[in-house]
Amino acid sequence: MTYLLTQTLNGLFSAALLFLIASGLTLAFGVMRIVNIAHGSFYMLGVYVAYTVILRTGSLLLGALAAMAVVGAIGLLMQRVFLRRFGADPLPQMMMTMGFALLFRDAALMIWGGDPFTLPYPGWLRGSMEAGEVVFPSYRLFVILVAALVGVGLWAVNEKTLIGARLRATVDDPEMAAATGINVARLSGLVFAAGAALAAFGGVMGGPILGGYAGIDFDLLPLAFVVVIVGGMGSLKGALVGSIVVGMIDNFGKALVPELSYFTLFAPMVLVLAFKPTGLYGRA
Amino acid sequence: MASVLALLLVAGPLVLGSYWVGLLTQVVILAILAMSLDVLLGYTGLPSLGHAAFFGVAAYAVAVLSTTYHAGVWTCVAAAVLIGTGLAAAFGLIVSHVRDVYFLMITLALGMILWGLSFRWIPVTGGDNGISGIPTLLGHAGLGAAGPAAFYYVALLVLAACGALLARLVRSPFGLTLRGIRENESRMKSLGVNTWLHCYLSYVIAGACASVAGVLWAYYNGFVSPTYLDLTASSELFLMVTLGGPATLVGPVLGAGIIVLLKNVMSAYTARWLLILGIVYIAAIFAAPQGIWNLGRRSGRARA
Repeated sequence: MTYLLTQTLNGLFSAALLFLIASGLTLAFGVMRIVNIAHGSFYMLGVYVAYTVILRTGSLLLGALAAMAVVGAIGLLMQRVFLRRFGADPLPQMMMTMGFALLFRDAALMIWGGDPFTLPYPGWLRGSMEAGEVVFPSYRLFVILVAALVGVGLWAVNEKTLIGARLRATVDDPEMAAATGINVARLSGLVFAAGAALAAFGGVMGGPILGGYAGIDFDLLPLAFVVVIVGGMGSLKGALVGSIVVGMIDNFGKALVPELSYFTLFAPMVLVLAFKPTGLYGRA
Repeated sequence: MASVLALLLVAGPLVLGSYWVGLLTQVVILAILAMSLDVLLGYTGLPSLGHAAFFGVAAYAVAVLSTTYHAGVWTCVAAAVLIGTGLAAAFGLIVSHVRDVYFLMITLALGMILWGLSFRWIPVTGGDNGISGIPTLLGHAGLGAAGPAAFYYVALLVLAACGALLARLVRSPFGLTLRGIRENESRMKSLGVNTWLHCYLSYVIAGACASVAGVLWAYYNGFVSPTYLDLTASSELFLMVTLGGPATLVGPVLGAGIIVLLKNVMSAYTARWLLILGIVYIAAIFAAPQGIWNLGRRSGRARA
């Protein structure tokens, strides 16, 4: 029972990180039909930028803010200068993000070197919480809580604000949305930048545990893709449910059959695709 | 143009040194792989971003069978191609009813899962270290004395055979139906075509050809590692096809040549090869979104 509970909490921690990454990915897809191969790179760059800032200033908060600002700006630039030329043609866009992913990987290697590192824990979250027999690191609980807050925030923006309404309209039908006067180009830039910043934030949150190394981008990318596929592309709710499903399965898979850990992800994806090709909450 | 390319490939080893023959061998093997992807991407309009999986799995099959089990050359070749094709047949069941971006995402995820398997299933695959000690193809077949040029011509022969078969295929009624599906699937459906089956078969055929290329690649390098099936491999392959010109079959061969030569020449001068490859991606999409082979044509689409 203790084991089960600990593993469940670990699974929720993976799910929290995955949600931070996948929510941006799924929204970018919903609005722009972009399959963003560089999304894992945003996570990686987030860890690296935060690392540099934390080394200089010693402040985790500054590190997180800098990571989000820098990576968000990179995302905005990418979308405005390169991706929007190709409109809604997914193939050239995808190739382009692939090019950026390679570029970011090598640039990170050039700037920060190849040594892996981890970000420091915030001092007040260093210990662990105990409830009966279950001992669980406070930091992981904190990340789960933060991701839940981000989730609530995203839900509120999406459902309760004007920007959210425009966003939902654009996900539904970009052409009709543009015809009603929504500035789809600006919205696309905004969504892409916000998604990049969110992935960078995920990097900062995961940094003390997963750390940063060249290659973490492509390590996380397939997980994020499976989340988006299972949940349904373009759906925030899908990203949430997908993250929990994938986080749990990945975690229990790793604990029970470590050799086949990637393989265990395969099963839910196949099941979902067999019954609902557009994912749990996606629309065709 | 195509005949110039063919002449270059046939006459190359007669005048070139062994380093260049090696490079040319790489070009030829990857050309087979790129051509197989062209059937999917160019003709059927199914953008597979996990195509290196079949290539890699066949290469691993050769490696495991020839080193751990000491199987003979024919067993290795036949089993590897069968395993790769069988995998395509299994994956095809999952992917054949999705299209466009969904197809892309799903093949990407499937490819990454296989990569993860090669990386983590250490007792069989050797993990990150891969498997080394694969004999050369001709050595394995008992013709050890023949040099690298002989292997090159074997690979070239396979390329010619695959090329001829695929060219035949895309001109057949089956191939024309594939193009019809690419242009307008619902119309093909209303004509009574089983589009699922056509997509499925196209996927399996492409997977079979990719396995053949994987077998040659394992014998050429004498070594396999997870990099054969990672996302970079699949996307490099994708770049070969889009850069060369989709739906032409010849274009991908050209694309394979450009990428292999560029990669090897550049990596002689700089360690920042990935950075340059990234820039090549971005520049290629800007300059020739329809591919080099299609540049001279009036309509964007190839008439083939």
